[in-house]
Amino acid sequence: MAEPLLQLERISRRFGGLTAVNAVSLAIAEGRITALIGPNGAGKTTLFALIAGFLKPSGGTIRYRGEDVTGEAPHRLARRGIARTFQIVQSFGGLTVRDNILVGAYLHHAARERALAFAEQIAGELGLASLLDRPAATLTVAGRKRLELAKALATEPKLLLLDEVLAGLNPSEIRDMVPVIRGLCQRGIAIVMIEHVMQAVMSLAEHVFVLAEGRIIAEGTPPQVAADPAVVEAYLGHGAAARLGGAHAH
Amino acid sequence: MRGFGAVAVVVIAMALVPFLGVSNVTLNFLIIALMIALAGQGWNVLGGYGGQYSFGHAAFFGTGAYVTAVLQVLYGVDAWIAFGLGIAGGALIGAIVGGLTFRSGLRGSYFALVTLAFAEVLRILSSVAPVTGAGVGILVKLDLRPAAMQFESRAGFYWMILALVAVALTVTQIIERSRFGVWLIAVRENEDAAAALGVNATAIKVIAMVISGAITAAAGCFYVQYFLFIDSGLAYGTWISIEALLTPIIGGVGTVFGPLLGALVVRALGEGAQRITGGEAPGLDLVVYGCVLVLIVGFAPRGLMGGLSQLRSRLWHPARAVKVHHG
Repeated sequence: MAEPLLQLERISRRFGGLTAVNAVSLAIAEGRITALIGPNGAGKTTLFALIAGFLKPSGGTIRYRGEDVTGEAPHRLARRGIARTFQIVQSFGGLTVRDNILVGAYLHHAARERALAFAEQIAGELGLASLLDRPAATLTVAGRKRLELAKALATEPKLLLLDEVLAGLNPSEIRDMVPVIRGLCQRGIAIVMIEHVMQAVMSLAEHVFVLAEGRIIAEGTPPQVAADPAVVEAYLGHGAAARLGGAHAH
Repeated sequence: MRGFGAVAVVVIAMALVPFLGVSNVTLNFLIIALMIALAGQGWNVLGGYGGQYSFGHAAFFGTGAYVTAVLQVLYGVDAWIAFGLGIAGGALIGAIVGGLTFRSGLRGSYFALVTLAFAEVLRILSSVAPVTGAGVGILVKLDLRPAAMQFESRAGFYWMILALVAVALTVTQIIERSRFGVWLIAVRENEDAAAALGVNATAIKVIAMVISGAITAAAGCFYVQYFLFIDSGLAYGTWISIEALLTPIIGGVGTVFGPLLGALVVRALGEGAQRITGGEAPGLDLVVYGCVLVLIVGFAPRGLMGGLSQLRSRLWHPARAVKVHHG
């Protein structure tokens, strides 16, 4: 296999006495959807913050397209093509949807007309075209999640980190969003998604990493991971896998 | 392009005022108001568009004033060149203060307090340093020639400060429509989200402070040319820091015309209060400022410009405005 797009080597992050991310090594391949799952407090969002430069690792190295980018500032990583969405959406509340996307579009289009046209194109792709002049603060949860995605896409990323873009959506909104995410991958953007909506993970992701208590405890295709006793235990508690297995046997 | 048209209309209309045969007292009032507006326009770039509320814009005003005065009086530099260097001095102070505060990540009230501290340090230094005339101040020689940037008629000064305000309005309009402006507003709204989209927030804020410092310094340079005197209290005193932040807040932060509108209204009210009491109550203008500020913050948080656009949308689209009201 060619060199992975993103490679973490023994990345750790400590907050005082708490080790939120503990010697995590993983590789993200180009052009596919990778999921990062794990119980609450496993360190998933911290890992994203480390990759996107919002936190500096306490140890380890991050390589992106073969270059060492450990500890680089978020705006530099964005220029390199790493974009992230935030679990708690971070829109520019006072600005319109158009201006929100424009902030990202300006990264690679310095001329106003080009940037505006690109922002409108992105809005169209994500079904936000009719909301362009609405203040971001007036959008519904589903609208805000789409805007969060649109802003990140406007920076023309090669690697997109999606932090629970499906959380808080109702089942029909999730059904609408799944093909959108698949479409991004088909455009050649590598996607890493943190997600609790397992149905979406199972249908979207080609590869899954499971994080628990700061460590990678399993990886593989979605069915492999779902059948892994270590994963079941991480979610349901020690001994759960054996009990469930026993239940099946009866 | 609509924005630039509005700037042109306002500036041309104001340029015609001296032809209406207004008294020198009125012209003097307008000159001071425009000077305050200019200082406020500088503050507005950083505070209004960038969301960084400085309490120490006197640092820029005073630097512009002192550089202009010292170069002319002590070194015999041409007044116009000294004026340009005064503006450059303000920009330099902006780069230094901005570089130090933003690189160390100061935000909100911490940033405000540190800017205030910088202005106060400069005030104390200038009140003891021989080069700034220490406690006595500096007198600029009377020389009523345009070559010395002094004018026989009030109208000359009026057009000069109006031209400076026009430049600042144009600069603000350009910023509003540029990539830099969009990124500056993004930093104001949400710094982390801006950084995630590739915006170097620190650099953007420092650049904003440089532009802000240059514009406010221009007001200080003009002060010296108009009054031909400067001392530490006038140059670096808190009065100008307050005027510089009050006028945009009252007029409308983050709007092109906010500081101009705010300065005219605030100055008119202050002047009116002095008139009514016959000058018997010194400091009454500050009381008026305080009351106006309370009213604005309470009833029109987006300033007079925000209040006006709200009123306009209510008159133009009454049905929608009512809906917004109930919503």
